[in-house]
Amino acid sequence: MLQRTPLYEIHVALGGRMVEFAGFELPVQYPPGPTVEHHAVRTAAGLFDIDHMGQFELAGPDVVEFLQQIQVWDVEQMAEGDAHYSLLCYEDGTVVDDIFLYRLPGRWLMVVNAANRAKDWAWIEHHLGRYDVALIERSDDLAMLALQGPKAEQILQKLTDYPLHTVATRTAIETQIGGLHVIAGRTGYTGEDGFELYAPVDRVVDFWNLLLEAGKEEGLLPCGLAARDSLRFEACMPLYGHELSAKITPLEARLGWTISWSKPFIGRDALLKVRLEKPERLLVGLEMIDKAVPREGYPVAVDGKIIGHVTSGMKSPTLGKFLAMAYVPTEHSAVGAKVDVIVRGEPKQAVVVKRPFYKPRYK
Amino acid sequence: MAKYKLDKSVKYAKTHEWVRIEDGVAVIGVSDYAQDALSDVVYVDLPEVGDTVTAGKQAATVESVKAAEDVYAPVSGEVIEVNTALEDTPEIINERPYDAWFFKVRPTDALEQELAALMEPEAYDKYVEELE
Repeated sequence: MLQRTPLYEIHVALGGRMVEFAGFELPVQYPPGPTVEHHAVRTAAGLFDIDHMGQFELAGPDVVEFLQQIQVWDVEQMAEGDAHYSLLCYEDGTVVDDIFLYRLPGRWLMVVNAANRAKDWAWIEHHLGRYDVALIERSDDLAMLALQGPKAEQILQKLTDYPLHTVATRTAIETQIGGLHVIAGRTGYTGEDGFELYAPVDRVVDFWNLLLEAGKEEGLLPCGLAARDSLRFEACMPLYGHELSAKITPLEARLGWTISWSKPFIGRDALLKVRLEKPERLLVGLEMIDKAVPREGYPVAVDGKIIGHVTSGMKSPTLGKFLAMAYVPTEHSAVGAKVDVIVRGEPKQAVVVKRPFYKPRYK
Repeated sequence: MAKYKLDKSVKYAKTHEWVRIEDGVAVIGVSDYAQDALSDVVYVDLPEVGDTVTAGKQAATVESVKAAEDVYAPVSGEVIEVNTALEDTPEIINERPYDAWFFKVRPTDALEQELAALMEPEAYDKYVEELE
């Protein structure tokens, strides 16, 4: 049985095309279409229902020590109100999930991928052991929306007295927005400035409508999963199940910057070894020289020999180029290296290019 | 058909291509239903002028934000022209599906027979309704 978010009826009323994603029925697009929605976020603003994402709250005397152990970022560097991207890793260094951490007054919020929610919960619980930590499932009482784009601050400011220009990228506040108690993080998954908003689930329908109304003159559009994917893709943000999995290490995924080596954490020994020996394969950005749409799963070849596979690919709406992310052996990973992407049986030329394709524009 | 536009001057294949006969030449594209199901079209892989296409066989590929889909030739013949405008502006397939032709074919003697196997607009309308 598929789950629905509290906004299901709203999506249908807006003409959203509902599809299955991570066990949820969510809009893949609205009538304007993914390309228009994508451009709205790059030039104005977009509103996303991302309530499928899971939120775990962690608190208690040992919470910092516990978080240090189960994820790679050094949370002691995080002040109250800070937010940071991080990873949960297995002992062998591969990835359980990629997460966002918020340090809030007296507690932490961990945002996890919908598809991994049950797995993450079990994995975290398994490691709780002797730690004096309360692990609380908040996914069902916190609704999550994303308001993204260069006009996001201007729109959100209409609904709150809090001076939003003082909220730095990767920090969060708790305040009244539209009469609701909301956690607002200046975070996102689009490569644009914007906010991720956590609101009480029983009020989220009103909140959604209030936001859409507030953003009317700025050109705010409701956006579906397709635009969310193309936006994160251009910014080269990994999507679990594509660029990340239980068979991929963060070093292969070029997420070494998330790892704080100076503290112990699960997977550290294995990852140190990978770091010393250098990863055998790396995630690269590819630009098609021959016109063709590279898609997930397409083989990447050199001299007719398959050397890797595309993890995500599309025609970039912002750049107008045919782009892909793929894992290739390290010796083929340098910018400028030529490879072929096999598109329906035919080799099409591509070249390794710099990542990200689209440089994020944060405040 | 409330939801999809129907061109009354063309015949339709079950695989959602349309064909219009203009001065003895078969002009081929995809239906409004097809473009809607595809979502935003980003690329079209067209046959080459001089290629021979066969009714019911793949003749082109249309790539959308969702997937790559085969386009089948509704009639057989030699490709005499392709719509190069689709290379730079594939979005016209979404905007005006019955203007955004893919390729033109000089049909064979089998044309009458092949056309007879296709659907009239009213029949296609019903067919699509049942798919919904």
